[in-house]
Amino acid sequence: MSPARPPEGARSLPEGQGRRPEGVPSNSAAAPLLEVKNLVKHFPIKGGLLSRTVDKVHAVDGVSFSLQEGETLGLVGESGCGKSTTGRCILRLIEPTAGEVTFGGRSVTRASKEELRALARQMQIIFQDPFASLNPRMTVGAIVGEGLVIHGLANSAAEIEARVAKLLETVGLSADQMRRYPHEFSGGQRQRIGIARALAVDPTLVVCDEAVSALDVSIQAQVINLLQDLQQQFGLTYVFIAHDLSVVEHISTRVAVMYLGRIVELASAHDIYANPRHPYTEALLSAVPIPDPTLNRQRIRLQGDVPSPIKPPPGCHFHTRCPIAQKGLCDVQKPELKAISEGHWVSCHLRA
Amino acid sequence: MRLLDIQGLKTHFKTDDGWLHAVDGVDLTLDAGETLGVVGESGCGKSVTAMSVLKLVPMPPGRIVEGRMLWQGRDLVPMSPEEMRKIRLKEIAIVFQEPMTSLNPVYTIGDQLSEGIRLHEGLSKKDSLDRAVQMLRKVNIPTAERRINDYPHHFSGGMRQRVMIALALSCRPKLLIADEPTTALDVTIQAQILDLLAELKAELGMAVMLITHAMGVVAEVAQRVVVMYAGKVVEQAPVRELFAHPRHPYTQGLIRSIPRIDLAATAKPRLEAIPGTVPKLVAPKPGCRFAGRCKHAKPSCSDADPTLRDVGPGHQVACFLDVVA
Amino acid sequence: MPGSTLASPTAEAAPRKRSTSPWAEAWRRFQRHRLAYWSLWLLGLMVLAVLLGPLVYKVGINEIDFKARLAGPSMAHPLGTDDLGRDLLARVLYGGRISLAVGMAAMLMAISVGVVIGAIAGISRGWIDAALMWVTDLFLSLPQLPLLLLLIFLFRDPLKAAFGLEVGMFMLIVLVIGGFRWMPVARLVRAQFFSLREKEFVEAARALGASTSRQVVRHILPNSLGPVIVAATIDVAAAIIAESTLSFLGLGFPPDIPTWGRILYDGRDYMDIATHWALFPGIAIFITVLTINFIGDGLRDALDPRRVL
Repeated sequence: MSPARPPEGARSLPEGQGRRPEGVPSNSAAAPLLEVKNLVKHFPIKGGLLSRTVDKVHAVDGVSFSLQEGETLGLVGESGCGKSTTGRCILRLIEPTAGEVTFGGRSVTRASKEELRALARQMQIIFQDPFASLNPRMTVGAIVGEGLVIHGLANSAAEIEARVAKLLETVGLSADQMRRYPHEFSGGQRQRIGIARALAVDPTLVVCDEAVSALDVSIQAQVINLLQDLQQQFGLTYVFIAHDLSVVEHISTRVAVMYLGRIVELASAHDIYANPRHPYTEALLSAVPIPDPTLNRQRIRLQGDVPSPIKPPPGCHFHTRCPIAQKGLCDVQKPELKAISEGHWVSCHLRA
Repeated sequence: MRLLDIQGLKTHFKTDDGWLHAVDGVDLTLDAGETLGVVGESGCGKSVTAMSVLKLVPMPPGRIVEGRMLWQGRDLVPMSPEEMRKIRLKEIAIVFQEPMTSLNPVYTIGDQLSEGIRLHEGLSKKDSLDRAVQMLRKVNIPTAERRINDYPHHFSGGMRQRVMIALALSCRPKLLIADEPTTALDVTIQAQILDLLAELKAELGMAVMLITHAMGVVAEVAQRVVVMYAGKVVEQAPVRELFAHPRHPYTQGLIRSIPRIDLAATAKPRLEAIPGTVPKLVAPKPGCRFAGRCKHAKPSCSDADPTLRDVGPGHQVACFLDVVA
Repeated sequence: MPGSTLASPTAEAAPRKRSTSPWAEAWRRFQRHRLAYWSLWLLGLMVLAVLLGPLVYKVGINEIDFKARLAGPSMAHPLGTDDLGRDLLARVLYGGRISLAVGMAAMLMAISVGVVIGAIAGISRGWIDAALMWVTDLFLSLPQLPLLLLLIFLFRDPLKAAFGLEVGMFMLIVLVIGGFRWMPVARLVRAQFFSLREKEFVEAARALGASTSRQVVRHILPNSLGPVIVAATIDVAAAIIAESTLSFLGLGFPPDIPTWGRILYDGRDYMDIATHWALFPGIAIFITVLTINFIGDGLRDALDPRRVL
């Protein structure tokens, strides 16, 4: 039975309730599966004679959200917004500079090496590039079964083979392709192999880092359907990272819009589309191409380019391109993520 | 006025496994001032078609095996390299997908922009630089007279694409071929570039061949659409007609497999995915190339290659069956 | 459930009968390089000859026969004789064993040391990498010839005493030649590691919970070996020439051991009256090194990482 998705615009806000820290956006009062609080990641830029840190890339600049079991949280934004880095920090594939990540009540950011290994069984990731994410010198069977080997989840080689066969079939490939090598498969098939690999250890949370972005449109639909089917079948929770807002809207229950390392708006998928409050969200929505030539749309034109994450603008990061920015306020003070209605959070001085 | 008339174009590539039929009998027309969208997924041959028009396909391993490409009545296929050079940039210009690698990193923008102008219009260095500054202003690059001396790495992706457009339009061509011009760009930048292309097209009165895999872009920008699959044209129609009444099962499947943001946020219908993958184009067997993935396919579909037939005003389909969406 | 999303294997190309591993693909590509392919056979023939030759051609290498000294090639002595009447074919065959063995051993040593150091430098960051590269740069800037002389002078007698004449000298030569050839390999491996470390399939292994050693051994190393294999073939050729040079300078094996370089050394004064003496070992060295270089070329094309990764 599929785990129920929380109904849109669910329960009351959890001000100071339970173990969850204040102000972490969430939809329900139940203990969340994943909690991210004030996540920060800076990449140092080295330079000079002694390779000192001369500058920093502010990839993630204070991101907070929480996730219930069975949900799909979409992280959407353009290049440089920090969504991929956030995804990797959740798994600690990249070490966060600051902030807390808690999974099932246990701290991820402060976990030891052994604890992290155990956590790897519960949190997995699917990568974007179907060509670079599979070791070209390993057979598909070895790739999918590696998780079983690392964690000792099977008692014999025969058992590993049987489980790998089952996994391949679950993702829509045939078991006799186990002995083949990645280069013999198409992009869509390789993504399925990547999905099978992630599922092998039976995780609860799967981070999909642009998992369908590199695929052709018709293959993309296949894989999106597969991901949704698997979510129902295995009760998975997804963090779905993408730049294509249409895809994110389709697959997510809630959507977080990111800009230059910060979340600017967080709401249910429906509300993001029907009732966007942040000017960036509005601009993003108006820019998304819709395959319907009869629509006459008003485009909100954003001027200029995305600023560099090395020198993000002071105050609100978006103020340099914002059509309603107020001088003296938006270029000075950083806005906080505030709830404007149930389950709808916005980070804007003027709209929240 | 008919600008471009491609008839039965076949461009094949020699590979280790045999000849790859990248473009295998494509018919395409383009009139002056028209925006034609050429849409299809990777491997369908749309980019190779565009490159064939300008004879930019490396030969070897590529070869235009058959067909005619009439540019204002003159066939481009037998033209010599010198004659092609006169056509490139001056009459037909092309903008590619990767703005990061399309510009030479060791020359200034001014040098690269003015090079073509000098070659085609015979202007002096100063005059061609002035024209280059004008072009930069046209594509909305601020402080153009200073940026003319900058190098490509001083520009962001979106701005480089604007520079590429400025370069392409510097000699006022009659046709601009844009091969996935916005695929590598963020969606808000994409919107800017598409708007810019529309403005420039209106101002210069040129025709545009926009090649893309994104149906949404085509719906917004194109007046007529050509759908390609596995090296052939499977359907072509005016844009509204195509989206309202797609007749080829592939077109139908393509439209139904794309999440639409307005529906995605509300109704969330299950995406209808086209099963299977694109067939290999090396030594293709006769018969409809989509038959293996088509849910309406009959055994007779694999006997012969379907040809384009009329199904409505300006609407042609290459399918034996009559599948109404 | 995933029925509608089935990949439909029938829609692909006809299933291949044999699965092609990347190594099998590389072998196929290698075979298309005609020069490299025939060089492989020729080299194989030479290796077979030096291994089995002395068993078949039972002429002694030290059989002195003053009546037949400085004789040209004949039925009795297919490659002629030297100034002591010793049969050159026997000596060249026997010497080939040593020359090839030295070449292989020196290459193995250079590769092993280079891979280990390069791997450790490549997988660690910070001071370990910096320290190892400092050591590598140090070795690279050492003057090879004077150091060679010094090392041989210092260690010849102790090694001879400890391991006997032949083995001692063999070890010394191998150490000395291999010891100066590991640095480029280390740099190569380190560069490969740097680029592979960030690849998504390595990240995937990390995400699965793989330890660093598993990431290195199972994922990074197998994918970095391509350029290393090419470098290895070049190393064998270079080592054989180095050994020949040492012997030619009188620094290598003792005079009675007929390595190719030694025979060359012995025959240099008789080039005008007994050209065959220096010619045949010279040809042997030439053919060996040439075939190895062609094989290296073929391997470079066959193992081109752009084709597989």
